[in-house]
Order: sequence, then C-alpha cells, then structure tokens
Amino acid sequence: MLVETQARGAVRIDGLAKRFGDTTVLDGIDLDIVAGEFVTILGPSGCGKSTLLRIVAGLETETAGSVSIDGAPMKGLAPNARDIAMVFQSYALYPHLTVAENIAVPLRMRQLTPMQRLLGLAPRAVRGSIGAEVQSVAAMLRIESLLPRRPAQLSGGQKQRVALARAMVRRPRVFLMDEPLSNLDAELRVHMRAEIAQLHRQLGATFLYVTHDQVEAMTMSDRVAVIMGGRLQQVASPDVLYRDPDTLAVAQFVGTPRINVLAGGRLGLQAAQVAVRPERLQAHGLGLAPPPQAGQGIEGRLVYRENLGSDLFLHVEVPGVPAALIARADPAAGETFAIGDRLVLAVDPRHVLSFDAAGKRIRP
Amino acid sequence: MSGVRLSPVARVLRHLVLMTGTVAMLGPFVVMLMTSFKPKAEIFAPKFHLLPHSWGGTENYITALTQVPLLHFLLNGAIVTAAIFLLQVLVNMPAAYALAKRRFRGRDTMFATVLVCLLIPYQAIALPLYILFFSTGILDTYASLVLPFTISVFGIFLMRQFFLGVPDDLIDAARVDGMSEYRIVWGVMAPTAMPALIAFGIFSVVAHWNDYFWPLIAVASQELYTPPMGIAFLKQNGEGTAYGPLMAAATIVITPLVLAFLVAQRRFIEGITFTGLKG
Amino acid sequence: MNGRGSVLLLTAPALVLMAVFLIGPLLAVIALSFTSYQLGAPSLSFVGMANYIEMTEDATVRISLANTLIYVGVVVPVSVGLGLGAALLIEADPSLRGFYRASYFLPVMATLIAMAIVWEFMLDARFGAVNMLLRAMGLGPYDFLHDRKLVLYTLAGIGVWQNVGFNMVLFMAGLTAVPRELYEAAAVDGAGRGFERFKLVTWPMLGPVTLFTVVITAIRAFQVFDTVKVLTEGGPNKASEVLLHTIYAEAFNFFRNGYAAALVVVFLLFIMALSAVRLFVLGRSRT
Repeated sequence: MLVETQARGAVRIDGLAKRFGDTTVLDGIDLDIVAGEFVTILGPSGCGKSTLLRIVAGLETETAGSVSIDGAPMKGLAPNARDIAMVFQSYALYPHLTVAENIAVPLRMRQLTPMQRLLGLAPRAVRGSIGAEVQSVAAMLRIESLLPRRPAQLSGGQKQRVALARAMVRRPRVFLMDEPLSNLDAELRVHMRAEIAQLHRQLGATFLYVTHDQVEAMTMSDRVAVIMGGRLQQVASPDVLYRDPDTLAVAQFVGTPRINVLAGGRLGLQAAQVAVRPERLQAHGLGLAPPPQAGQGIEGRLVYRENLGSDLFLHVEVPGVPAALIARADPAAGETFAIGDRLVLAVDPRHVLSFDAAGKRIRP
Repeated sequence: MSGVRLSPVARVLRHLVLMTGTVAMLGPFVVMLMTSFKPKAEIFAPKFHLLPHSWGGTENYITALTQVPLLHFLLNGAIVTAAIFLLQVLVNMPAAYALAKRRFRGRDTMFATVLVCLLIPYQAIALPLYILFFSTGILDTYASLVLPFTISVFGIFLMRQFFLGVPDDLIDAARVDGMSEYRIVWGVMAPTAMPALIAFGIFSVVAHWNDYFWPLIAVASQELYTPPMGIAFLKQNGEGTAYGPLMAAATIVITPLVLAFLVAQRRFIEGITFTGLKG
Repeated sequence: MNGRGSVLLLTAPALVLMAVFLIGPLLAVIALSFTSYQLGAPSLSFVGMANYIEMTEDATVRISLANTLIYVGVVVPVSVGLGLGAALLIEADPSLRGFYRASYFLPVMATLIAMAIVWEFMLDARFGAVNMLLRAMGLGPYDFLHDRKLVLYTLAGIGVWQNVGFNMVLFMAGLTAVPRELYEAAAVDGAGRGFERFKLVTWPMLGPVTLFTVVITAIRAFQVFDTVKVLTEGGPNKASEVLLHTIYAEAFNFFRNGYAAALVVVFLLFIMALSAVRLFVLGRSRT
C-alpha cells in the first residue's frame, strides 16, 4: 500500500473570504474536513468554488479567514510546502517531458538540490528510488506502458491518469482536484468517477474535489459542500442533501429533473414556497383515481411525455404556475396518458419541503 | 503570470534593469527632440547637455520645412502608403477568399505558388522590376512606387488563414440569401476579418512608410520623394552637419507613425505580432 | 455565378500581378545572372557561369559576404536574447508594464533612415552624446562610424536597437500562450518561481517561438541596407560593405546588371533557406 492510512489531512477552513476589488468571490466560508474524507465542493460556474480550492492550494491568497491542515496554519506557505497535490482541469502536464519525467517532477524538486537538477546529475540511490516510486505509482494506475511517451501522444483518459499519478507520487496529505473529469467524454467520465472513488478508498488521504456536476458530487463523495454566490449553502452527505436541503437554491440545484416549486397556498400550506420532488408526485387520470383530498391534489394538463425508458416524466401545465410540474411515472402505467389529457397530481404531504420567502427551509 | 508576486528586491531589480533598457531605447528619440530645439551653437558645444539652454526650435523647424519641401514628401508618403494598402486589399481579399473557401482546379497549385512567392524578398526582384519600369516608361512616377506592392502574397496568405476559420454555413447562408461572390467577399468576409485586416493594414503602412530601398531605385524627381528619401536628401544636400534642422526633419518624419502608435498602442503591437507570427 | 467564372474573377487580379511582379522578375533575375546585361545596352550576351566565377575572385564580394554574416551573427543572438529578457522581465510584474512595452517597441515603428541620422549624431566623435557619456566614464573617444574596426559592430548595435522590441513582442505572444495551469502545476510541484519555473515551464514552452524568432531576425538582418546606405556607404574602405549594398552599388551605380543579378541569386539562396526553415516551423507549430 502506498500511503499509510492513519488520520492525516484534516483541513479546517475558517471564516474564509476572497475579494477582488469590489467583487466578493467568497464570503465567510467555514468548512471542517475530517482526515481521509472525500468532500466535494459543488456549485454552478462562477460561484467561487475553484477559488476556494486554489486558496487551499496556496495558488491564491485569502482576503480574510484562514486555512489550516492538521492544525498547522497555511498562511503564507508556498503550494509545494503545504503537502498537498493538485489535479488540474486541463491536466497541466509538461508537454516536453515524458510521462515518467512528468511524474518524477515533484520528487526531483523535493529530493535533489538545485545544483543537481541544473546539471542533470543525481546520486544513483536517489535516482533509483525516484524511478521505483514512479514505477509503483504507474503500476497502480496501470499506465506503465505509457511511461516513455509524451503527453501529446496520450488520449484524454490517459492524460488524466498521468495527472493523477503525478499527484499521488508525492504522497500528499490532501488531494485537490479542480473539475478533473470535465474534459473527458461521457463514457470515460463515468469510468473515471468510479476509479477516483476507488483510489480514495485505497489511499485513505483527504480528497477535496471541485465540480459543477451534481452527479459527480452525489456519486463520489462522503459529504458535499454546496457553494452559491460565494456563500456556503449546506454541507451534508449526498443523501441528506437530496432529501433534506437547507435552502430552496440547494433543493433546486440538486436532482434531475429539477424539483417542482409552488406557492405554499397551492397545497393549503402557510409557507411562502413549497417544493416537491418529481418522484413524490403521483399522476392520476381525472375521474379515474380516487379523488384526492382537498389541498393535496393539483389539477393540470399533460403537455409533454419525456420517456427515458426506465422512467417516464410527465410535464403537467398547471394554471397559475410558471413552469410545468414534472411527475415521475412508471412507463408501463403511464402509457394510458396522452398529451392534452387532464391529470391530477397527488402529493404526499410528508414529502413536501417548505421554504420561507427568502428561500430558507422551514422545518416542522 | 499566475498569482505569484515578485519579492520587493526582485521588483526593484526589475525596474532597474528595464529602466536602463528604456534609456537606451528612448535615448535617441529624446536626443532627437531636444536637439531639434537647440540653436546651432549649443549643438556643437563641447559639453553635452540634454535640455536646450536657449530656444532654437523655431529656426530649425522652419529650415527643415523650407530647405526641402518636407510637407510635400509627407503627403507623398501618405498617398503612396494609402494607395498600396487599398490596392492590396482589393487584390488580396477575393483571392484569399477563393483560396480558403472555394474548390477549384488549380487551387493547390495557386496556394503553393503563393507560398513560394512568400520566400522572395522584394530587394531580390528590384533589379528586373527596375528594368521593366525603365523600358515601359513608368519609372519615376507614383505608379512606379505603388505597383510592385499591389500584390502582397503575405496578405493573401494571412487573410486565407483567417478566412479558413469562417464557418462555411455563414457563406452558404449568404448564397441562399442571393448574394454574389463579390458581395460575399466585401459584405460577409471582410467584416468578419476586420481584426486581421487591421493587423495587416498596420504592417503594410509601417513597412511602406519606412521603406527606403525601392523609392531610392524607382524615383529620381524630388516631387516624388517619400519621407525617408526626403530626410536622406536633406542630410546629403544640406550642410551634412546641420543637425538642428536635420533632427527637426527626423522628428517630423517619424511623428505620424509614432503618434498613431501611441494612440493605438495595443493594436499596433498586436498587428505587428500577429503578422510577425503568421508570416 | 458560383461556377468557374466567378473563381476566375476572384483570383485573376492576384494571379496576373503575381506573374508580372513576382514570378516573372524572379525568373528574369536568374536568367540575367547568366548574361552580361547592362542597362540601356541594345543587346545582351549569354556568358554562362562567368558572373559567378568572377564573384569568387571579387574581394569586395568576399568582404561584403563576410561582413553580412558577422552582422547577422551579432544582431541575431543579441537582439533575440535581449528581446526574451525584456519580455520575461516586463511580464513578470504589472508595474509600468505598458510603459516598458511601448518604450521597447517604439524603435520598431520609427523610420529607420531618420533614426539612423539621429544615431550618427549621437555617435559623433567630438560632440555626440555617446562619447560624452564614455568620456565621463574615462573612456574614448571612439569614432564609431569611421573606425574600420568598429563600424560594422556599430551598425549591428543600431540593428539590435531596432530589433529588440520586435523580438520582445513575439516572445510576449509566446508567453501568453503558456497555459496558466502549467505554472500552477509547477508551483504545486515545487518550481513556483524564478529560474526553476523558467527551466521547467517557460523555456520549453517558448521553444518554437524562439526558433521562429531567430529565423525571422536572421532574415531581417540579412536585408540590412538603410543604415549602411545613409551612414557609411559601405566604408570606410569597405569595412561596412554588406550584401544588399553591394548589389545596389553594382546594379545602380555601376549598372553591371548581369553581375548584380548573380549577386542577387546568392542573396536569394540565403534568404530562401532561412524562409524555408520559417515555413517549416510555422507548419509544424500549426499541427
């Protein structure tokens, strides 16, 4: 095993803020990451999530607040002094170096003196140990055959692996990943998702992973931190985030198709706004099903059937509601519905999420 | 380059080195300007000082403008550079469009020819051109200054490279809308190619305003002198050491381009870089 | 309208002008180099390789060629090196960046003939600013433009002065093309600043631009003419005679056009070889 699995790599982010002139990119971020945890920072583009990661890496300086790793404050430390590794969106491989040389760079920088690097000389023992470590990391990622090649000769997925290898070889306390899968095609993305999650289990190091893709966040992480508009909205396990969101913004950002939003009065509730997941709406043909109880059924007209094979999503236009409501149905059961049919959507009140006018969750 | 800032020592060192360079780069311009303001006695004074102690500028500039018709030379320069650029655009754009977006027999041959012509420095063909113009009687005319440069293979090459990036759909849409091929060149391609056109324009104007070799060969009459010829003439035929008027004349000759450069600095640098890298 | 006719209309002006003003003259100059043509003479005779043979015995040509190579050999490394240094230093920090860029670029724009005369004035042995400065340091005076040992290097100095800014902007374009993430990866790997970063990222990434800049500067330097013509006329005693000036003198002072054409062919071979390298680099960087 490459990395001993004792607890190291606890990251504490405290009151962190970043401003560029008048624009506030990050505001009062508090986040405690347990050693060995896989935390995803999720948010729409431009929300400040990459900036947060870059501050942890030391590539940018915070305006206020602090970052510490295993209790040691990071303020003023250069990136290479933080015992972290980073995987970049574009992989950032050195194009003139071979794969093996790319992976060896962090080791050479650490284990050789400037003079030895300049002259290209290295004591045999050091050279041997660097070579061995490169080999072992390459074996772990199954890229041994690529070692003599240059980045230009690699596919996207191969570059991705090399970038991971370069990060792993230094055995960092914390892996920072900035949208590492966004340049891959859909199929490879699914594959690498599984591979990175598995790598995390193997290495036992802390992973801090930035993405705008909620599926990546939901499938890989122990916990997800949702950032919107520079503010931390919620930190929770994927499951809690989906079932029990703190704000309407989080509820809307997580989940496909989007959660249905209505005025509270529609369901006879006090809350300003209420939201219901598509799978919690039951569609019935008007007059066929038992009539819903007052205030718990919404009547509308079917405008679109989105058949995904495994699921059927019914888009139902309801007078006075701006966006069509979406209800999930069994494709077989939904066959009877035709466009233009009048439907009743039954709501189970236990699964209705209530929010105040500002979008804050109201819990019973 | 990324968020890493220089240390205070490095910042001071950077300014020190770059300022030294700036003195060397701008020194001649400052000396030129200051000398153009000095009276003769001061210019040849045994002790050099940068700023004029007494004003001699008026006399220098009047001498520069009257001893030779300097303003007329500037006008010649403007006429010649404008005519060259205009004709280059007229000839280049349709050809570049055809090379980039039309399929026709001989296209590859034509492009290969353009590439070969790109290798020919104009100084190398000055001699036969001189003979050609001599025998056709257009030597020593405006035409002789302009004609050889109406074809710019470099311009064709540059615009073709740019046109390659224009989506075919845009051209097909224009055809569906009933535009002729000429309308497409001037109404669709030219506007989208504005950045490249401006870059090429700057390159062309700078090159021909400053050119000395060809005017020296093609022109004998003073009425046709371009600014570089004018100032060389002033040097050789004035009292060669009358540096006051000479510096005044130099200032006048470089002012149009330098002013244009200072106003549109970014465009100039981009233009020269772009043409430099692509050519 | 979309057929063959329109293609002909689009390309005909360029094709005709290319034939008349480029291909024709190119073939003509090669043909002329095998003749004893003199301007105005009623006839010309074919002399075979005579012009080329004469060239090998011509001391002026030998000096001229050697001088041109020395000039190129000085201007290229110095102006490329200084251009790279200027680009790196200017881009290293935002302070006064625009001012420096404009200052270093100004000589590229300014009419060389005019600036050559300014340099002549500044280099004057008696009252020039440069010698005054040297005297203050206890050196000189030097008669830069009339000293046989100095004149070629003085002209090369002016050439460097004019070319640094040009090379600088080419390098700057190269620098902006280096992905930011590569610098950041280097920072994480421990090569975040100074020479380490230059060696790991900047220099390898500038490789193609450097080769390109060297070639383009060499071509420009080979074409040196303006400063020589207006400042030294190749003197003193041919110490600053360069190829293009020799060609000009043979063709337009002595009207030995056949011989000048042979010299042009030699000049052409140099330029074309360099240009071919340039096209090769261009083609490679594009793929």
